[in-house]
Formats: sequence, structure tokens, C-alpha cells
Amino acid sequence: MSIVISQAIFDPWREVQAYQDELPIAGQYGATSVFVGTMRDFNQGDTVTGMNLDYYPGMTEKQLERIVAEAVLRWPVLETLVLHRVGDILPNEPIVLVAVWTAHRGDAFDACRHIMEELKTKAPFWKKELLASGDGRWVTANTAR
Amino acid sequence: MFMSIKVRYFASLKERLGRSEQELVYSDGLTAGAVWLAATDGMELPRNILVAVNMDYASPDALVKDGDAVACFPPVTGG
Repeated sequence: MSIVISQAIFDPWREVQAYQDELPIAGQYGATSVFVGTMRDFNQGDTVTGMNLDYYPGMTEKQLERIVAEAVLRWPVLETLVLHRVGDILPNEPIVLVAVWTAHRGDAFDACRHIMEELKTKAPFWKKELLASGDGRWVTANTAR
Repeated sequence: MFMSIKVRYFASLKERLGRSEQELVYSDGLTAGAVWLAATDGMELPRNILVAVNMDYASPDALVKDGDAVACFPPVTGG
């Protein structure tokens, strides 16, 4: 179960492949569910040219570990990978990756969804958008889904 | 008895208060909500502000002890 907070841009597909290549569970997993969140260039009717992601070092990792541990208790999860960017992000760059390996697809979908939804409401990250006008704007709430 | 509490603020709250952290020395028996009041000279805790004690979510009614870290921040918006 790996959790990584990254200032650097990452390629989620290469990360999933690289992580999977190192897993000692080949033959055990029949399902891999992957969620990737990518930065849009629009929000609430405005053009967004960039974003800065603030976080609470220590608490963010602690909450993510708790969220993953909860998913592992609830579903028969073999492995998970959670990656989240912080710092400056540009449109079209990935922000978050959640990947879950299980024996069967239902558990992979459900655990991945659960981790992602919990991350959205519990992990202390905050987005500040940079608008085309040059103004900064804090995102005040995540969308419900 | 006096206790020392570290208070941290994040995101829009940090900008609004003009500081990211402060050290508070106070008599013991304080709740997290009372720590906020003492740290902000009596400002009412905004309804949407979340509170954490030692990196776990906590109620403003939670008692804090010497050496604890209290954090206050707006709703999270990651992912």
C-alpha cells in the first residue's frame, strides 16, 4: 500500500505499470481499478490557467493512510497506490491517482471509489486557482460527485 | 499549570488571519475551540472551519493538552 505526495508532475499510467511490475502478487489479482484526476482549464464559468495545491504535511499522509486502511478492512484488497500532487499545477496535468488491485472487479471498483471519495472529503488538500485575469481564487468546496 | 499549544492555519484561513502558525501558552483545561478563541482574540470560529488535534479531526469541544498541535482550516478541496 503506497501513498506518495509529489511536487513533481507524474505520468499516472507509467506509475501504475511500474508499481504493478514490482508487486509480488502476480497471478492473484484479476482486477485493477484506476482513477486519475486531471486539472481542467475551466471552473465555475471561468478560464483557469494554473493552480496551487496547499496541504498539511503529516496530517495529509496520516489521513490517506487511515482511508486506505479502512478500504483494506472493508474489501479484500491486495494492493493500492495513491499519488497526489501538491504545489503548482497546470491544466491537463494529473492531480491524483488511485489504483486498487483485487481478485474480482466489484471490489476493485468499490474500493477505488471509496478511497477517492474519502480523499475528496477528508484529506487536507486545498486548491487555489489562478484565473486568466491574474486573480487567485480558493476553491471553497468539492463537487458532490 | 500552563501548557504550550501550537496552532496552525491553512489555505484561505491562513491568508485571512495573515499567519500560518503561532504558539500559545495558556492555563490547561482548554478545548480546541477555546484555543481558537484565545489565538484569535475572541473571533467566533466560522461554521465551516474544520479543527484537527495532532493531525486527527476533532470537535471544537475536544480537550487539548500540553504539546498538542491544533490546526484550523476550511473544507478540503483535493483530488
